[in-house]
Amino acid sequence: MAMRLKVEKRVDVPKWLPLATSVGSVVLAFILGGIIFKIVGGEPIKAAKYLFQAVFGSWAVFSDTMVKATPLILIGVACAIAFKMRLWNIGAEGQFYAGAFGASLVVLIPIVPLESTPKFIVIGLMMLFGMIAGAIWGFIPGYLRAKYKVNEIITTLMLNYIIINWNNFWIFDKWSDRGFQMTASFDRVAWLPRLADYAKEFKAFSGVTLHLGVLFGIIAAIIVWWIFKYSRWGYEIKLIGDNPDAAHYAGISISKNIILVMAFSGALAGLAGMSEISGVVHRLQESISPGYGFTGIIVAWLAKLNPFAIIPVSVLFAGLIVAGRELQPAGLSFLLQGIILFMLISSDVFLRYKIHILRTDEEKETT
Amino acid sequence: MSSTVPAVEMKDIVIRFPGVLANDHVNLTLRKGEIHALLGENGAGKSTLMNALAGLYKPVSGTTEVNGELVDFNSPKDAIAKGIGMVHQHFKLVPTHTVTENILLGMDEPRFFMRLKKYNKKILELEELYGLYVDPEAKIWQLPVGAQQRVEILKILYRGAEILIMDEPTAVLAPQEIDDLMATMRSMAEQGKSIIFISHKLHEVTAVADRVTVLRKGKVTAQGQSTKGLTKRNLAQLMVGRDVVFSVKKEDREAGPVVLTMKDVHAKNNKGLPALRGVSLRIHKGEILGIAGVGGNGQSELAEVITGLRECEGLIEINGEEISNQPPIIAIECGVSHIPEDRTAVGSAPSLSITENAIMKGYCQDPIGNGWSINFAKAGEHARNLKEKYNILAPNVKTPAGKLSGGNLQKLILAREISSAPRLIVAMQPTRGLDVGAIEAVQSLLLEQRQLGTAILLISEELDELLSLSDRISVISDGKIMGTVLAEDADIDEIGMMMTGSSREGSN
Repeated sequence: MAMRLKVEKRVDVPKWLPLATSVGSVVLAFILGGIIFKIVGGEPIKAAKYLFQAVFGSWAVFSDTMVKATPLILIGVACAIAFKMRLWNIGAEGQFYAGAFGASLVVLIPIVPLESTPKFIVIGLMMLFGMIAGAIWGFIPGYLRAKYKVNEIITTLMLNYIIINWNNFWIFDKWSDRGFQMTASFDRVAWLPRLADYAKEFKAFSGVTLHLGVLFGIIAAIIVWWIFKYSRWGYEIKLIGDNPDAAHYAGISISKNIILVMAFSGALAGLAGMSEISGVVHRLQESISPGYGFTGIIVAWLAKLNPFAIIPVSVLFAGLIVAGRELQPAGLSFLLQGIILFMLISSDVFLRYKIHILRTDEEKETT
Repeated sequence: MSSTVPAVEMKDIVIRFPGVLANDHVNLTLRKGEIHALLGENGAGKSTLMNALAGLYKPVSGTTEVNGELVDFNSPKDAIAKGIGMVHQHFKLVPTHTVTENILLGMDEPRFFMRLKKYNKKILELEELYGLYVDPEAKIWQLPVGAQQRVEILKILYRGAEILIMDEPTAVLAPQEIDDLMATMRSMAEQGKSIIFISHKLHEVTAVADRVTVLRKGKVTAQGQSTKGLTKRNLAQLMVGRDVVFSVKKEDREAGPVVLTMKDVHAKNNKGLPALRGVSLRIHKGEILGIAGVGGNGQSELAEVITGLRECEGLIEINGEEISNQPPIIAIECGVSHIPEDRTAVGSAPSLSITENAIMKGYCQDPIGNGWSINFAKAGEHARNLKEKYNILAPNVKTPAGKLSGGNLQKLILAREISSAPRLIVAMQPTRGLDVGAIEAVQSLLLEQRQLGTAILLISEELDELLSLSDRISVISDGKIMGTVLAEDADIDEIGMMMTGSSREGSN
């Protein structure tokens, strides 16, 4: 029986379809990953069960996954707002490091006497400094783009290396802890509260590493969702993103918005850096990010720039990071990331086209 | 020539799209060596029918014969093999390649070495034959639009096409280029080529076509009528299905105080060359000032300096307030509305909804703009009102603007620009590319605004439109105003002279 594919452009996209294709492609990616796992000699079903346990199996491991998801959410949201305007900020990694550096200043200079200042002020200052530092790291490429039309892809990418080495200079030399490539551990006043801190009151929290940063991520997602959906600024961003000439014609200043959006995006990525050092590592050190800044780009893209969708996608990718530690060879987790990305991008075809499968004899009947 | 067997005979063609019957039992007969116009409003099914003939769509039912032979095309390749070629409205050329390279693209010969010299010569011979002159060694990006179109035609002739389908070939051309194209079409027809000419410009149809087939809403309303003795009015009636008033009625009214003043304005074009060279103009309240001129003589720049989109030297005032060299927002706040030349590239955001496009200029103002936020409930209400009042055809106000047809998109832009109760409307080619029904709607909207006391700067390349709408007409040539005449006693020859650069004697 001969078959033929008939491809038609879609007139309308049903509301459920984007979600269905996204979920479908993730499932398909896992199946494909499983097949590859089988080929290299593993037992996919068993491994999947084990990995699921390792990622979501108990409160403790799930909290671990959420800790990894926290910077991804913040960076995903940071990227989403820039991408919405078609500003290709791929410097979230650098802005993350800048945020970590800015937040560290509060403790390492120190800006306030740590012994006598209440925790919420120290944390608040760290957030502020982290966001300002990230914003500056976003502002520079934004300003260059707005005033001199310098391509932001190049500048944001290059600035990543600059800030990483700038941090290295301080932790290798000025702030080095007894010659190690890290600063001394921060005073406890500079630590974000963790669930484990309340283990005395609630037994279940003992050893649960989830910290306050995850709330920053969720609040940031809500704020950016509101900006996109209801604010004047969000409208301007969407308009510039869709057609900059039309935005200019409508009286919107494009340069001003490029600078604002880049600085805002940088501030959110900077907050991710702050949350990571204050909530997880508790010191400034080398390689605090396993590439959150770049994974965040993928997260934003897969979530179709929808701030709420960024949260589950971040959890999925955080799960893959955690699973990567359990899986041998470790590269498989990256492979799976790659397959998911590939599937999701190709699933777009179902959003744009309707595909019918026709039996050729059936078609003849209608002719 | 055996004129008994037609070049193309399409019978009872039915083409269906989801929810639309695009062609409803359409018949079309193309005789050998004739120019056959296919006329209809936007969405009448002209392009669909021709895409079927060119092998891009497959009809649900109906038969097509080419030179008396029954054909069934599965792809454009099949159609080309039968000598049918289509010149698309949007050119498919590689800008950095030469004319010859573009023509050879996709051919089996030459196989490996290009041997461009040999092929340049071959193409020159082809050009000679049809009077389609263009330098074969020129790169596409260096050529004006008219010449690029000639390359497209050469491409098809080179592939041995005997039947040419031209999809709105004049839409992108300047008046002089249109004349050249028509001469080319006639010469091709004389050499025995059969041509189907899709258009919705009535005067072009009567000027160049031998016969005409008219489509309305997918159905044939006139099949292969001879154009001899047909008037524009007859054609419009066949196309729209009712009587169309060509000379819109304009009520007399006293001109009010001056709204726009321009004094000695100079500006450069995108290439940095002088485009406006000392333009001075005045427009009064309730007056339409038409700007006539051959395209590219400073019209775009004129519209852009007034709306703040382009830097300039000199003075531009709205009601005594200086707006020259200010950001566009200043002009908007002073009550300047702008109907831009390019609806899709400048006037709208294609993937945003009708609502979001409708509030583009007024999103900061009460009641839609609300401090930091936008009241989308109010915005949607506003958009629904506009949709209703201006008869914009779309499923709902959430439809992306990019899905609207040209006429409906233009109505949306007009609705937006008019609803802000402007003092001055700068309308740049507001009816370009629209069908008769939409042109009529746009023109009467402009006149209604004039009646309400809005000053209007109407820039158009259609002299008829300028003559029927304007109170006064200024002619622009090479960035200078050559003269201004009252529309009622305007002499077309005189305007034509000024358009080519000769100053009006004793002009003001």
